[in-house]
Amino acid sequence: MTETSSHEPAALALENVGKRFGSVIALSDVSMSVPKNQVTCVLGDNGAGKSTLIKILSGVHTPSDGQMYVNGEPTTFGSPREALDMGIATVFQDLATVPLMAVWRNFYLGNEPTRGFWPFKGLRTKYAKESCKAELAEMGIDIRDTEQPVGTLSGGERQAVSIARAVHFGANVLILDEPTSALGVKQSGVVLKHIRNAADAGVSVVFITHNPHHAYLVGDNFYLLNRGQMMAEYTKENVSREELVKAMAGGAELDALAHELGATG
Amino acid sequence: MSTATAVDERVNKASPLTRLMRRPEIGALMGALVVYVFFAVADQTGTFFSLDGTARWTDVASTYGIIAIAVALLMIGGEFDLSSGVMIGSSGLFAGLLMTEYNIGVWPSIFLTFLFAAAIGFTNGWLVVTTGLPSFIVTLAMFFSLRGINLGVTKLLTDTVRVAGIAELPDGSPRPGYESAKAVFASDFSAYSFRIAVVWWLVLTVLATLVLTRTRFGNWIFAVGGDSNAARNVGVPVRRTKIMLFMYVSMSSCLVGIISLMRLKSMQAGQGVTQEFIFIIAAVVGGCLLTGGYGSAIGGTIGAAIIGMAFIGIAYAQWNTDWTWLFLGLILFVAVLTNSLIRRRFQGARK
Repeated sequence: MTETSSHEPAALALENVGKRFGSVIALSDVSMSVPKNQVTCVLGDNGAGKSTLIKILSGVHTPSDGQMYVNGEPTTFGSPREALDMGIATVFQDLATVPLMAVWRNFYLGNEPTRGFWPFKGLRTKYAKESCKAELAEMGIDIRDTEQPVGTLSGGERQAVSIARAVHFGANVLILDEPTSALGVKQSGVVLKHIRNAADAGVSVVFITHNPHHAYLVGDNFYLLNRGQMMAEYTKENVSREELVKAMAGGAELDALAHELGATG
Repeated sequence: MSTATAVDERVNKASPLTRLMRRPEIGALMGALVVYVFFAVADQTGTFFSLDGTARWTDVASTYGIIAIAVALLMIGGEFDLSSGVMIGSSGLFAGLLMTEYNIGVWPSIFLTFLFAAAIGFTNGWLVVTTGLPSFIVTLAMFFSLRGINLGVTKLLTDTVRVAGIAELPDGSPRPGYESAKAVFASDFSAYSFRIAVVWWLVLTVLATLVLTRTRFGNWIFAVGGDSNAARNVGVPVRRTKIMLFMYVSMSSCLVGIISLMRLKSMQAGQGVTQEFIFIIAAVVGGCLLTGGYGSAIGGTIGAAIIGMAFIGIAYAQWNTDWTWLFLGLILFVAVLTNSLIRRRFQGARK
């Protein structure tokens, strides 16, 4: 399973997908594929259509045009729950954890381990606390006390807990919405490491970001989204970090800006 | 929020004291001890401390507590219910009218009244999750509506503002089923006249605590109050959880309504109105956050105990009972201030 062959169908693929909201065209003619066990980065600036793309991939929106494929099979999601049931988990930037709840309660939220039968069905609290700690440790996240509220964790740790949770509950495809955008340099590094770990553990990752530096560090494939359209597609072998940054920033525009700033400064 | 801390900076191991102080109800528990000692000392009659006195204040506390626990759970779930007080009257009147005007048996009437209360709670919850309006507004509307219906329907059917004659049939013979219902909802026990409502109160405290801390549903209550978007994103049925909480509150009010009806053998159309804030005070004094996501069931119980002690303690201290409300106001403020100080001191980043 860990070896990717070109014959294997992509974990997730879009073919000429478009999305319209009334007269607004949010996405048009977008095609992309998410190969198994790789990190696929979607780069785009504000307003490029990243949010719409995530919502289509995670089942919040259904596309107006085009077709989505999961493992090569044409698929349409009616709700986020259907996507989750097919192993496609999305970690939204700030909406993934409940700050006032203990780490272990957050980890198992929605998938609580129980025992007994109704009305004597109880949470397996001891098991949950211990296995949560063990699972997080396996992902390289060392949490002292799983009883502490998630709000007391740093932003990076919180993202890491969300990612670990999605992987633990059987995500084959992990969609990450700007996981590093609110984080400091060190914390971003930690989250990027977890993204790489998840891919190495057999998860296909869609990493959505506006930071080409972060994308280049962990990505295998890169898509560039702008004004609702797929502008370019690269693989790690055929692009350098500089080219990626330049493409992302609009190439020539950046040169002009650098020139202008240099002249006035 | 400690977003600037590096990931390898660990949290200090919490000492047992810190762990204890982290409990949401600890401030209220200390407050309850202070209030208890205070009234035991101020007592002029020598009964507050005795079993007789205890039976008195637990009696007051129990009918507040039964609902305060439910209100605490609802508040943890991030919502309010201002119709919880008037529901006491509505349920008592509903059951009483079924018995006296429609000659339905006592137990079937009680059963139907619980169904009625569940329907009212469902309506509250359904309106809140469907319209997206604040529960403060939705349940305030329900409060006024029920208040009007209570008065209107009672006057229409009985030509008075009360429903009476619960214990006897019109011919003066005892109403069948009343004695057994009274035994369950309104009997006394032991030489000190402890009321059965105290047992209901304590049993419900234990049950609510178990549900809150030891079940999936309890986990969902914290989640929908803490961050309903995050909860929805991980698959928690947010709407169902909130609706069930509203139903639980209404049915608690119904239980108290039935208890009152069995005790008084009659029901005033205005019964229960203005009590809704006492339940909220009890829950908040007990450490529930007004913004949701934090608190405990036992906190509501302790809050109700403080209020019960205050009501009875002031009478035993032979002060003018007009001052009771001032005392409640001060307790509310001091308790919430203490709670927030404790939280800040021992929890750092918790809001």
